[in-house]
Amino acid sequence: MNLNPLSNLEFGDNRKLSGSGRLLQRFNIDAPLFFSLLLLSVIGLIVLYSAGSQSEALMLKQILRLLLGFAVMIIIAQFHPSVLSVWTPWIYTAGVLMLVTVLLVGDIGKGAQRWLNLGLFRFQPSELMKIALPMMIAYYLSQSPLPPRKFKLVVCGLILIIPTALVAKQPDLGTSLLIASSGIFALFLAGIRWRLIISMLIILAASLPFAWNMMHDYQQRRVLTFINPENDPLGAGYHIIQSTIAIGSGGVYGKGWLNGTQSHLDFLPERSTDFIFAVLSEEFGLIGVLLLLAIYVFITARGLIIASQSQDTFTRLLAGSLTLTFFVYIFVNIGMVSGLLPVVGVPLPLISYGGTSLVTIMAGFGILMSIKANRKLIG
Amino acid sequence: MAHLDSLSLRDPLKESLLFNKRLMFMIGFISLLTLILLGRLFQLQVLNNAHYSTLSEKNRVNILPIAPTRGLIYDRNGVLIAHNIPSFYINIIPERVENMDETLALLKQLITLTPRELKRFKRQLRRKRKFVSIPLRYRLNEAEVARVSVNQYRLPGVQIKSELLRHYPVGELMAHVAGYVGRISEKDLRVLNTREYSASSHIGKVGIEKFYENILHGSIGHQRVETNAQGRIIKVLERTLPTPGKTLYLNVDSNLQSVAYKAFGDNNGALMAIDPVTGAVLAMVSAPSYDPNVFVHGLEADDYQKITKSPRRPLFNRALQGQYPPGSTLKPLLGLAGLELDEVYAHNPIDCKGWYMLEDDVDERRYRDWKRSGHGATNLIDAIAESCDIYFYDLSYNLGIDRIHQYLSAFGMGKMTGIDMEGELTGIVPNKEWKRIHYNEMWFPGETLINGIGQGFMLATPVQLVSFTAALTQGGKRYKPAILKAMQDPKSKVLETIEPVALEAVHQIRMNNWEVILRSMHKVVHGFKGSARGISQGIKYKMAGKTGTSQVFGIKQGERYRQDKLSKKLHDHALFVGFAPYKNPRIAVSAIVENGGGGGSVAAPIVRKVIDQYLLGKVDEPQPTE
Repeated sequence: MNLNPLSNLEFGDNRKLSGSGRLLQRFNIDAPLFFSLLLLSVIGLIVLYSAGSQSEALMLKQILRLLLGFAVMIIIAQFHPSVLSVWTPWIYTAGVLMLVTVLLVGDIGKGAQRWLNLGLFRFQPSELMKIALPMMIAYYLSQSPLPPRKFKLVVCGLILIIPTALVAKQPDLGTSLLIASSGIFALFLAGIRWRLIISMLIILAASLPFAWNMMHDYQQRRVLTFINPENDPLGAGYHIIQSTIAIGSGGVYGKGWLNGTQSHLDFLPERSTDFIFAVLSEEFGLIGVLLLLAIYVFITARGLIIASQSQDTFTRLLAGSLTLTFFVYIFVNIGMVSGLLPVVGVPLPLISYGGTSLVTIMAGFGILMSIKANRKLIG
Repeated sequence: MAHLDSLSLRDPLKESLLFNKRLMFMIGFISLLTLILLGRLFQLQVLNNAHYSTLSEKNRVNILPIAPTRGLIYDRNGVLIAHNIPSFYINIIPERVENMDETLALLKQLITLTPRELKRFKRQLRRKRKFVSIPLRYRLNEAEVARVSVNQYRLPGVQIKSELLRHYPVGELMAHVAGYVGRISEKDLRVLNTREYSASSHIGKVGIEKFYENILHGSIGHQRVETNAQGRIIKVLERTLPTPGKTLYLNVDSNLQSVAYKAFGDNNGALMAIDPVTGAVLAMVSAPSYDPNVFVHGLEADDYQKITKSPRRPLFNRALQGQYPPGSTLKPLLGLAGLELDEVYAHNPIDCKGWYMLEDDVDERRYRDWKRSGHGATNLIDAIAESCDIYFYDLSYNLGIDRIHQYLSAFGMGKMTGIDMEGELTGIVPNKEWKRIHYNEMWFPGETLINGIGQGFMLATPVQLVSFTAALTQGGKRYKPAILKAMQDPKSKVLETIEPVALEAVHQIRMNNWEVILRSMHKVVHGFKGSARGISQGIKYKMAGKTGTSQVFGIKQGERYRQDKLSKKLHDHALFVGFAPYKNPRIAVSAIVENGGGGGSVAAPIVRKVIDQYLLGKVDEPQPTE
């Protein structure tokens, strides 16, 4: 009996596999996810080549990071979900301890304490938390029947708030937002009551003024600038104004690869990292944007199908919240670059230059693949 | 219990259904968010594409003005009077400077920096806009340019820039003719076309530079350039070249000007020489002069004060703005008026006893002749040649001030001549109405006598004097004095000659009367009793003229003018007007030497030198003696 409404949407498996398909299957690699991530990486490199002023060194670094990301994904895909489940409390506890350590002794970069210097390399515990938190909530909720009871919800609330608050304190608004949303997605998918959700939203809205007072000056400024960028056209509003100009001037067909004037004449700030979407929009126009969004939507859909097809609570909640968090990356980044949301430092997955969040995202896909490959063996 | 409870209530099917319901909800939510993103991108890239394309172009493309090259100025013989030479200066972009104090200290070792330059720089630093450069030091010499260039790597934000600066190779010689350009002031900005001048730093301030500013300046060019966010030019997209200013050729002869200027020595004074047939200004001297080049770079306030406060007033163009009592130089015009009034009376000699008294003057005031012993029986011709005042007291009295005013006005006295330069003054030719307006008093008969010999209220400028002298030689035809001879487009080389502009002629004078007056002026130089006979010595041509010696202050009744007893400031002004050759004159000259003494002895020799130079090409030696 198949009660899964999404099972008809299945791609790839249950069909005759080619040689390479078999190889992928042996290593628990989901072909649709793998190839769409690969396609995304190639698009990312093409855009980065333009955004990074054709710097070969930059390209090489990013290629190495992508290779590392794919390697992490494949390695994690080899672990059985039950192993991940067993490790979850330890990973989460270690993550929280590291966040506390960062606050006490962390390295300061760009005015925020985010890094833990481990001698050989620097490590950002908040990245780990992006995965550890949904794992922890999924793990905790899977211990008892759903929907969760009140006491469980309080515990979940603590599991969620502790790392979110620690990351927000660094301060890193973008990451804490992503961490919190991954936990909230897990709770939501677990089926907490609508009444509770609505009352939480009301409490959230009521607490906004307090949150405002807790914010750092630069965070407050960002929000104000978001509300009216023209207030400060040469200061904080400059980012938003220049990126909307870049996107808007791209039109339907774009200015052509390497021909983006906003990016190549330095008008666009952070153009190879957080604002790389503006470069893509300027040079490839609405057509390029639609292609990119199509790939992202495809990946999201694939992730949700995997979640829907998994057979136990832990993997279901984890797969669902990881996929939804991936989508939040996309929505927050594009929303920010196109002026819909305030400027928060969230990269565009697999397109933005930079390594730490890339590895986290790929680790997430590794977990998804592991869940996909092992779904029928759990029960 | 709790454990049992959780075990007993676990329903995988129900959980899966719940999860999938929630998942379906999230799919709907995600679809909504995706649609919002798509809507936003559609809004930006399709609906508002034109708007953002414009903004992007505005970001990318800057329109930079290109200054036109200022037109050159030559004299009538092609001698260069004003041109443009490259000059180097130091510009500082404060945003690029790492440590301003260190940078300035290093620059101080490399080039001389006066405290004044530093002060000006710091003042501008305080009120400047972002990424605008500030000039620190102008006019670097080659060694300074080299020293700063070599150390450029230690001086981020310091640039050496070059600009074309106006230069006047003949310096003070032509200062009152050419004038000068100076940096555009806030006052200039209020009146000029800011678009045309957006790339220009200088503007004509006085003289020809000011009067023909529109022709000399040319018109601005533009280049459309692609710039990056820092404002650096990446490439030039399009260029409209500026139209350079036209080259001006002046009527002034710089050799003649030089001879005239030197002839003044240490005296203050002015000289105008024109071609009587066309009105072309051959020389225009105002002594002392000044170096116009210092104004190009911008004078510091106290240097400027030094020049303006100088008692000799070098900036004052005496040829157009100096208003002097014309003295006896007016006598030929009065004589002409007399001949027209009553030829018989005019030719009738009067007995000059050395003084004149009005018939019904109860005060019995005596109006004296410059020659205390008197000239004896004097007719009109001798009265002009010897400059007999008594004859002209009588003539003036008979003409009356209003008729005198009428004749002098016909010759352009009391009005601007319309010479192509700003600042000309009108002088004064009084009449009864003038006195009523300005003094609210009636006219006294005695004033007619005083004004009749060019004293009293009567004032004239050197350019007016030369203008009426020229008119006398042309049977009353008058021309506007013109400094500009021609202008030439530097590209097409098309030469555009300025035609003489005729002014209202002096009408209804009998032909014979012109000749009588000219003959009397001939006698001034060549007559054995002529008041300027001293200059006729060794002269190779015939010339004519009229001397004038005008009093700077009134001598009291019964007192004598003793030059040796008076301070130089109170000495008489020496005047002379003349023309040559006597037949078919080619040059008319007026000269005034402030506090110079006698017109015949001081001013006339200067005019002789100028005419020598013009007619013979050299100043004839030996110099005429008195």
